[in-house]
Order: sequence, then structure tokens, then C-alpha cells
Amino acid sequence: MIRIENMYKIYNMGDNEVRALDGVSLHIGANEFVSIVGPSGSGKSTLMNMIGCLDTPTEGKYYIDGTEVSQMRDDQLAEIRNRKVGFIFQSYNLLGRLTVLENVELPLIYAGLAKNERRHLAKEALKKVGLEGREHHRPNQLSGGQQQRVAIARALVNKPSLILADEPTGALDSKTGEEIMQMLREIHQEGNTVVLITHDKEIAKNAKRMISIHDGKIFSDCEVKYA
Amino acid sequence: MNISQAVKMAIQSVTSNKMRSFLTMLGIIIGVAAVIIMVSIVQATTARIKAQMENMGTNMISVTLTGRNSTRNLDINDMQKLVADNPDYFICVAPTITGNPRIKVGTVNESTNLIGSNQHYSSIHNATVEFGRFISEQDCITRRKVVVIGKYIQNHYFPGEDPIGQILKVSNQVFTVVGVLEAKTSTIAQGSQDDRIIIPYTTAQRLLRNAIIRTYSFQAVSAEVSEKATDKLEELLLKLLRNENAYRVMNQAEMLENVETMTETMSLMLGGIAGISLLVGGIGIMNIMLVSVTERTREIGIRKAIGARRRSIMTQFLIESIVVSCLGGIIGILLGIVGTYLVGRAINLEAVATAGVMILSAGFSITIGVFFGWYPANKASKLDPIDALRFE
Repeated sequence: MIRIENMYKIYNMGDNEVRALDGVSLHIGANEFVSIVGPSGSGKSTLMNMIGCLDTPTEGKYYIDGTEVSQMRDDQLAEIRNRKVGFIFQSYNLLGRLTVLENVELPLIYAGLAKNERRHLAKEALKKVGLEGREHHRPNQLSGGQQQRVAIARALVNKPSLILADEPTGALDSKTGEEIMQMLREIHQEGNTVVLITHDKEIAKNAKRMISIHDGKIFSDCEVKYA
Repeated sequence: MNISQAVKMAIQSVTSNKMRSFLTMLGIIIGVAAVIIMVSIVQATTARIKAQMENMGTNMISVTLTGRNSTRNLDINDMQKLVADNPDYFICVAPTITGNPRIKVGTVNESTNLIGSNQHYSSIHNATVEFGRFISEQDCITRRKVVVIGKYIQNHYFPGEDPIGQILKVSNQVFTVVGVLEAKTSTIAQGSQDDRIIIPYTTAQRLLRNAIIRTYSFQAVSAEVSEKATDKLEELLLKLLRNENAYRVMNQAEMLENVETMTETMSLMLGGIAGISLLVGGIGIMNIMLVSVTERTREIGIRKAIGARRRSIMTQFLIESIVVSCLGGIIGILLGIVGTYLVGRAINLEAVATAGVMILSAGFSITIGVFFGWYPANKASKLDPIDALRFE
């Protein structure tokens, strides 16, 4: 599914170089639910950018579904993101000028699907996250939890190989946050691969496997035992 | 992502901020309207001047002796010989004597413009006879007292009656009306080209007690040979008068050409000035598009994260600027049409915006949209998704 081999990401900040990723190797199989935890500055965001194909490593290899991504150019990466990765962000990142339905349709537009098909798939995805009847609202007319659900629908609509959730509950109260985590668990149970990035170990315990990262290195990688 | 989708997105974005979009367009609107109005007015002016000049005659070359008290004389026989010797250049020649006598019919007694000439005057000066006949060669030879009158004279002196065969007193001498000229002006007013009488030049010489013919008009075979014909004429004049300053030659074809070159230059110049305002409008579009790209950095980041390629972003912003400039172009064209009509009416000129200038300015505004939209769109497409997503 996802294989990272000996990955380095080095930034040169003037004289001192910063090793955001310092020889990370990682394998995530299909239908896994993995959390990546670490304090800020640990390299977890960089790792997320790598997994999400938003960035390319300085050194090392990255395979997603057997395709090597680490050497790809911008537009090829865009296509991989479109087809294989569904993003869920802390701040939802919906387009305020578009309706809920149009927001969910957006990945399908870039995938080049015809309008009818897009409408159908987007409505289906919205139904799945329980937002039927809200298709023509604007994001700012919805609550935070509802907006995050729109974002989840958008992430799911293209049937990606991987759902990448970056602090999905960070902007929500604990009750709504729990609802969102419940939804992610359901998505996982339906057979999706979910990678959750967080600094909160309690949230991370929702996943079956927890990877801790510290100073650009994997610090621990273990199964989560449910309490 | 296809184009229609991109156009839809662009229109959405343009209409979501109507005031700003309108202000952005304003430069293009004013530029396009200015180009259309300026060029149309110049075109209409040119057309009017040309019509007026063509009204003067056809392929006419005229000679006028200068110097009031000059004793030099041009003999009609010399002139006629020139025409006869150069049939490739000249068709005919008409002498012209002018005067300003009083004419009288019954109790109506006013002064008018008198022209003494021969049978060729009609074709050289486009003085067409409406009814009756023009002066004949025989009239000139026998110094007959016949007169061809302008439309104003007919309307004023012979209202409601057939003037042919009637008596008209010119400086108290009795003339017989033989023809009426077609109206040259729409108003047929006193003092206009329709307020005139034409008599045989021989009769005029005697009537005005003036034996010297100061003006001759020639008709050249065509506009193409008129320059050579002019050379030929000047050659003869120099030989006869031995003084370049004793005469003045006017070539109608050349004058027409001069007018055309002049108005063309004016058209280009005014169009160019208006074009600069289009350019300024374009820079305005670029400015706003750059602001828009910065404002929407996060949007660009989101779009890129969910799979928009560079080209999709590029297309989106480029089409947005094209939509703005095209919309501006369309409004500008409408404004230009109305403006041309209003300005034309204000300066009493029949001016219409032609399709050519409209297509030209429409094309120009699309080009501006592409040209000035390119840089911001390119900048947007090259944004790094990680930086763009982090942008607040």
C-alpha cells in the first residue's frame, strides 16, 4: 500500500541544515488505521506532506500502490493526490464561495468526470456523512462538525486508496470531535486505509497502530491496545 | 477540467465581487468605447469631406491666374489645343468667369452668383441638368443670352411655375431660362451652391466687361493620369506665362488623396491614444488579478491538494481575466455605439460605428485579457501547495 524507504528531507536554513526527516522507513498496509503522533517540530507534518504527495523527499523512496512517487513532477503528483489521497484538514479547507455539493464535486472535476456522474457521486458521499439536504448550503452556514463532515465527504468522493487526516478534531469541541473520530473509524471499517496525524495521544488511540515520531526519526511503532 | 467548467468558475468568481469586477473592467470599457468613438467619428468626417470634394467635380484639375492686376492672359484656344493634343490625359476644358450681379424677375431683385462657362462645365463640375438643357457650344459662339439656373433660383423666382422659356433680367439685360440644375445641397438655401446662374462665358465676358478668363477647369481622363496631366498643364503654363507664381493649379485627385492620408493618420493617431487607455485598462486587470491570486492563495492550495494540476489553475485564472476583459469589451462596444451616435448628433455628423472597428477592439480586449492575465495566472499555478495551504 504505502512503503517509505530510508527517507530524508533536509532544509538548508542558512548555515545550519534542518533534518525534518532523518532516515524514515515505514510500511502501511491496505485497510490499516494508523496514527502518527509527535510534538510540533518532530517532523510529523513533513511526513504527512510526504505521505500526501504534497512534497518530494531530498533522499529516499516512496511507493504508493506500488508506484514510485518520490521522483515525480508537480503535475504527476497532482494526479496521484487526486486519485489516491483524500485529505481531511484541521481547518476543513472548504471553498467558501462554493456550495457544499460543489465543494464535494471539486476532486471529480479535476479527475475529469462528467457532470451527471459528479453530481451522483457527490450526493452519495454527502449521504454517507449524513448531510443530505444540505447540498446547497454554503460552508459558513454549517457548524464546525458539519463542515468537517463535508471535508470527509470530499475526501471520500474519489474513492482514494488513502485517507489522510491532519488533526481532524483540532478545531472542534470534544463531543463533536468524538463524532468525527467515530466517522473515521467507520470509514476504516468499510475497508479504507486511514492515516491520522495528531499531537494528541488520546486521539491517536482511535487508531489500531500508533507511530511516534521525534526529531525526524521514528521513535516507536506499536499496536494500540484498547482500554 | 474542461473549458466550460472553467468559464463557469470564472463567471462565479467575477459575479461574487461585482463592484470590484466592474471597476476592473472600467479601464477596458473606457478604452474600447474611446477607440470606437474616435475611429468612427474620423471615418465619418473623412466620408463627408470626400463627398464634398467629389461634389466639386470629377477628376478635375483647375488653373487660376493669380495677381489681381496681372495683364497676363490665358487664351482659351491654347487650353483647347492642350486638350486636343493630349487625349490620353484630358477629356475637356471649361473656362470659368465669376461675377455677382443682381438679377430680377418681376419685383424680386437680389444678387446671386454668376458663372460664365461652356458646355463642358456640366460634366467637369457635376452640375447636372434636372430639366431643360445646359449651355451649348452654339450659345457660346453666338453669345446668346441664355441662362441655366440653380434650384434656389427656381424656387425663389419662379415658385410653382415652369421656368423654362421665362425671362430673367441679369444686370438689367434680358436672359432666357433654358435649364434648371439639380439641387446640390439638401437645404437649397440662399448663398448655397444652389443659388447660382450659369451663362455662356462669351456672354459673361461682355456682361461683366471683363475679357480675361482667370480660371479654367480641366477634366482628366482618370484619377490615375491626373498627376501626369497636371504636369503637362504646368509645363504649358510655364511656357506661356514664364512665371511660376502667376498661376495656381489644383488637382482634385491629389487633394482627395491628401485628405485620405491626413484622415488616415488622424485615425491612427486618435486610435493610438485611445489604445493607450486600453493598455492602461489591461494593467488594471493585471493588478487586480495579482491581488486576487494573493487573496486566494489558500483556495489555490486547497485546489492543488485535491488534485488540480498547474494547467487547471492556470486556465482558471486566465479565463477569469479573459471573462473580465471580454465583459468589459462588450460593455465598451455598446457604449461606443451609443457614444458614436451621440457625438455624431452633437456635431451634426452621420457617424456609425462600423463592424470593423468593433471587431478590432473586441479582439484587442481579449488579447489584453490573455496578455495581462498570463503573469498572475502563471504565478498562481506555480504556488507550492504546502505554502499555499499554510497561508493565512
